[in-house]
Amino acid sequence: MGISNIWVFAQVANGAPTSGSLELVTKARTLGGSVSVWVAGDGAVVAGALGEYGASKVFAVDYGQNLAGVSVASAMKATIDGGESPDLIMFPQSYEGRDVMARLSVKLGRTVLTNSVDIEAVGDSVAATTPIFGGNTLVTTTFTGGAPYLAAFRPKSFNPEASGGAAATVQAVSVPDLGATGTAKIIAVHVEETTGPKLDEANVVVSGGRGLGESTNYAMIETLAKLLKGAPGASRAIVDAGWVPYSYQVGQTGKVVKPSVYIACGISGATQHMVGMKGSKNIIAINKDKEAPIFGIADLGIVGDVHKVLPKLIEALQGR
Amino acid sequence: MSDRLCETVHKPQEWRTMNVIVCVKQIPDPANPGALDASSNTLKREGKLILDESDSYGVEMALQLVDAAGGGEVSLVSMAPNSETAGLRTALAMGAAKAVLVSDPALQGSDALTTAKILAAAIQRLGGADLIIAATESSDGYTGTVPEQIAEVLGLPSVTFAKKVSIEGGVLKADRQTEEGYDEVTCPLPALISVTAGVVEPRYPSFKGIMAAKSKPVDEVTAADLGVTPVGWAGAGQQISNVAQAEARAAGEVIEDDGETFGKIVTFLEGLKVI
Repeated sequence: MGISNIWVFAQVANGAPTSGSLELVTKARTLGGSVSVWVAGDGAVVAGALGEYGASKVFAVDYGQNLAGVSVASAMKATIDGGESPDLIMFPQSYEGRDVMARLSVKLGRTVLTNSVDIEAVGDSVAATTPIFGGNTLVTTTFTGGAPYLAAFRPKSFNPEASGGAAATVQAVSVPDLGATGTAKIIAVHVEETTGPKLDEANVVVSGGRGLGESTNYAMIETLAKLLKGAPGASRAIVDAGWVPYSYQVGQTGKVVKPSVYIACGISGATQHMVGMKGSKNIIAINKDKEAPIFGIADLGIVGDVHKVLPKLIEALQGR
Repeated sequence: MSDRLCETVHKPQEWRTMNVIVCVKQIPDPANPGALDASSNTLKREGKLILDESDSYGVEMALQLVDAAGGGEVSLVSMAPNSETAGLRTALAMGAAKAVLVSDPALQGSDALTTAKILAAAIQRLGGADLIIAATESSDGYTGTVPEQIAEVLGLPSVTFAKKVSIEGGVLKADRQTEEGYDEVTCPLPALISVTAGVVEPRYPSFKGIMAAKSKPVDEVTAADLGVTPVGWAGAGQQISNVAQAEARAAGEVIEDDGETFGKIVTFLEGLKVI
């Protein structure tokens, strides 16, 4: 009884499980029972790392040129039909995570809980907690239907901690005939190269918003980030405007960051943005509008023009 | 002239009509703070609703693809309480031709899976389409699974999180956002795509468009009309067990810039040993 069999959909980047995936495996371990991990692609390269965090088995799905979402969901469904009975399946709130979860939800006729930041076992069920209204309110929802329960989690919801387990065993799972749903094909993969620390791992993040005025002023954000050995970020407004690529976006629909220092420059603090950065340890905000919501969560707020404050700040730091 | 000739010779199959259905959500104005209904703990969705800004990109994309195909029609499907059409009228004013609105008190508190089944049935009521477009997630509920669930209900291929879309020779080409960058994906039609904000620049409805929208057909139906049994929130297999206030983050020091506040920032960073 209780939660005895948990599946985690993990993502792999550069031959290693992502930190977000290890967070989920760590949390799954504390809920009790066995933890099996699904990966799209090669299972052997990550079996050691996943075992170290508590996974006993890796299901590896070779999806070829198909999209990972529909491929993994179909393989999961076939495995459940074949006799496996997971109580809970945990997904990262990522592009692939959501696709796998959505396809599987229809195949199994099960509801989904998304954007969760916590989960606990409640008898034979689980309760997941989701922040709403920009994180001001926490809603806890308990699954009341049949297992498996499907839940997706925001990045950085848990701390990844190794348990020192042995390498997981790997089982290859083939993709069943996808019919029409398998006709979308990946013809090329593009990796956007970034220099410096990764946005969601950096100790310092400097983000720019519409208050910068025009795209050329974003150079100040990059310079400041570099001086502080941090990563440059952006609000959705300037990503939508095409100033910087989507991979720079901090917020609900972008990256969730929790650096030691977050510097928001010309960002008013829309809920969509704050959700992605309010977990930062220290927040500095520079904005012309003293009524801007960002000042409500800033440890140091400067009511001023970024075009005046930033050049002086950059000069002072360069002189050190 | 020569360009045109070239196109006709090499891509004759593009001269077909293209019908696109856009899934749109009408939401409370995000400028107003949200609230939960005390009895049901579901999001309050009363009063005037507006077109979710995220959906304006899909509507624009649909209009452009139909234009590029040289003919066809953009239709809308939406689920909203109280026969609300204000948001739909905005999309109709942009240039969509007609809409199916599912409005049924029994659907209040529907989960994402039920919503997907309802919208899939509304799409079938319109006779399907060459392409179905949705936003990646709504701006109020942001579950982010409904488009892919609709594709699975309809048995269609999908390209989610598309940031660039074109159709060449009846085949969809899209750049799909990934964690590391993007994938180029091809997909035959019919298909479903979800598009990111910023994929195109949404047009503003013209005065003429706004006037024309008032008389465009909106087919209002219930769940029963669509043959879908509404199950509500509890029937979907989930129950809200607790609602709590998150620990608030307190505001710190806020100072007006006098030309010297950069020094404050330097001191602050020094205190944190970042520099």
